[in-house]
Amino acid sequence: MTHLSRRELLRSAVLAGIALPVLSACATPSGGGASPAAPAAGATSAANPLGLVDGKPLEIWIFDGGFGDGYATDVHEPLLKAKFPKLEIKHNTTKEIAKTLQPRFAGGNPPEFVNNSGANAMDFGALIQDGQLADLTPLYAAPSWDDPAVTVRDTIDPAAIELGSYDGKPYVLPYANTVWGIWYSRKLFEAEGWQPPKTWQEFLDLCETIKKSGKTAPFTYAGKHPFYIYETILTLAAKIGGKDVLKNIDNLEDGAWKAEPVIQAATAFAEIGAKYLLQGTAGLDHVQTQTAHNKGQVAMLPCGSWLENEQKDSTPADFGYAMFPLPDFGSADALPYGTLHAQPGEEYVVPAKSANPQAGLEYMRAMLSKEGAGKFMELVSTLTIVKGAGEGRTLKPGLESASTALAAAGDNAVWFLLRKWYVEMHDEVAAATGQLMNGKLTVDQWAGRVQKKADSIKNDSSVKKFKR
Amino acid sequence: MNHGRTRFVTGFLAIPVALYLIYVISPYAQAFYIALTDWRGVSATPRFVGLENFRRLLDDDVFWRAVGHNLLLLVLMPLLTVAVALFFAFLLNAGGRGGTGGIWGSKFYRVVFFFPQVLAVAVVAVLFQQIFRPDRSGMLNAPLMALGFEPVGFLSDTDVALWAILGVLVWQAVGFYVVLFSAGIASIPRDMFEAAAIDGAGGVQLFFRITLPLLWDTIQVGWVYLGIAALDVFAVVWVMTAEHGGPDHSTTVMAAEVYRTAFQYFKFGYASAMGVVLFFFTIGFAALALRLSRRERIEF
Repeated sequence: MTHLSRRELLRSAVLAGIALPVLSACATPSGGGASPAAPAAGATSAANPLGLVDGKPLEIWIFDGGFGDGYATDVHEPLLKAKFPKLEIKHNTTKEIAKTLQPRFAGGNPPEFVNNSGANAMDFGALIQDGQLADLTPLYAAPSWDDPAVTVRDTIDPAAIELGSYDGKPYVLPYANTVWGIWYSRKLFEAEGWQPPKTWQEFLDLCETIKKSGKTAPFTYAGKHPFYIYETILTLAAKIGGKDVLKNIDNLEDGAWKAEPVIQAATAFAEIGAKYLLQGTAGLDHVQTQTAHNKGQVAMLPCGSWLENEQKDSTPADFGYAMFPLPDFGSADALPYGTLHAQPGEEYVVPAKSANPQAGLEYMRAMLSKEGAGKFMELVSTLTIVKGAGEGRTLKPGLESASTALAAAGDNAVWFLLRKWYVEMHDEVAAATGQLMNGKLTVDQWAGRVQKKADSIKNDSSVKKFKR
Repeated sequence: MNHGRTRFVTGFLAIPVALYLIYVISPYAQAFYIALTDWRGVSATPRFVGLENFRRLLDDDVFWRAVGHNLLLLVLMPLLTVAVALFFAFLLNAGGRGGTGGIWGSKFYRVVFFFPQVLAVAVVAVLFQQIFRPDRSGMLNAPLMALGFEPVGFLSDTDVALWAILGVLVWQAVGFYVVLFSAGIASIPRDMFEAAAIDGAGGVQLFFRITLPLLWDTIQVGWVYLGIAALDVFAVVWVMTAEHGGPDHSTTVMAAEVYRTAFQYFKFGYASAMGVVLFFFTIGFAALALRLSRRERIEF
């Protein structure tokens, strides 16, 4: 019996070899023919500037993540439907965007509108490389939903257009605006008489005071997802050395990771890692650390502005979420106090090869209306890229704090795109930074490793490179 | 007459053979072909790059670490699983006085040992994530911390994590092999044990002189299965570890790298090249294991 199974195994290997040339003719990627011509747009008018063809279906896929999909069914879809009553909207939701939709892209019949988000999102670079996404230039040039005299472009945060552009062309609409900072409980800080620090020395002193108090650990981050801590390191590096530090990193410039500001920022956080972390940090995930924060086991943690909403079920009522931007590192910092990482995220795209891409663009225009954005903001408790969308709406304390910090930062908001452009790079930086914080890598080893990865991606011909 | 029978057999065989070709062989063939392209999963026209992916694999440190981890598991997981399962199976079936029955309560233990087998792998992984938690909520660390020791980063310390994974894999597999070996021991004639016991053999001698040699065929089958399972480890690593194979690639395995490269980096061509390497590792192991463990069969 054992004899037979071994022969069989080997025989199938040989057979596979023989069958190879024959079957490869019908191997997975389907078609291979010319891509279909873009569908013709309908007539344009003042009420329909993008030429949506009414009566044709509009198929929508929403990622079922932290925001759910209620904002689409309850806010954006009715908004569009009110204007185009004959439009047939097919609403879908999934947690697995790539698994569900990737075959449809490869097969040439993608839907009209995709919320490409979450851990299982499709790779934007790969999609753009293959001409799968519609150019959003006509959308931004169109008159805005609320005021025909103003273009869509003028109603939104310009960073969103830049972030959604690849090689200078906008393909992706990042809709929610995320502000990053160090979060704390206003109640705890007031009770203990602690002040949000303005300088790095004050920050270290505060950590020391908290540690000595013995009541709570000073600092933690989602140790299992070291992105949360490399995010702060990069933001601090930009504050020390200016926005070009991050630009060079994103552009895979030679030696970008070994630049002095990056080394200084990494050294600063490695010290925090060595002295002030909550015990067990390296093995805890974001929910566990955030829960520890809510329970008062740790005083500060770095996170984005979705934190308050994510934790709403386990936060004590009087916790008083608030955030502060990274403190000044030294007097020679390139960017002033208040500099923070703000990044429009939660991406939406219109597939270029869908049957009715104009409807997808029109749907985006509806999302970018004051009503669409304002109700979204209230419903999912997050900022959006639409200017003034929160006017007249009541915000929770944490969101209020983030909104104030963003306004105070003004032009000094920084961001980086490596996470979106080169997921591999992101994973390597995360892995290495986790080890840096545990004291298993020195700052030089850390910089050497991530630089090596950046160089290898630069030399990988199968990966499309982007510039900003 | 004979001609008619051939046609009859051929007719019956055609459908299963066709199904086998389409659903078993052709995916393999496609993977072999995709391994020669730099396909990223969305284009309808992948670019042919020849053996470039295999050349790049040679310099891929993370992939070779994954191979190393697989090889370590390949040696240790069958060894530990078989050793522990044999020990338990012997106690349950021949560990009693005189080698004629199991130790006290063996019927109960038999059920308990099989428990892990009933749980889905993902459930096991989530369960152990909690057991290994590095703070006061962790089942293993809570008593350590109560006694004033530093908590052990079972899954967060790069030196420990792979051993924690190994422990989980063995824990999960043992139950099945206890049952398998129990069946094997049960088929050994009772009088052999009795005769040996009368001649004065103790438990250790009974085990090494009688149980082990007579169970060799069963162990060999178990060994091959466990070896293939060790090369195929995926779910436990993916669900349980930080960064899906971390921290810092310290627990990653080949299957996890294939998955990550294909479905997170969207480098389907490169991932297929990894898959091809994994395929040859597994085939090679199966052939080698069966050849090395071939032995004269003892009839009884």
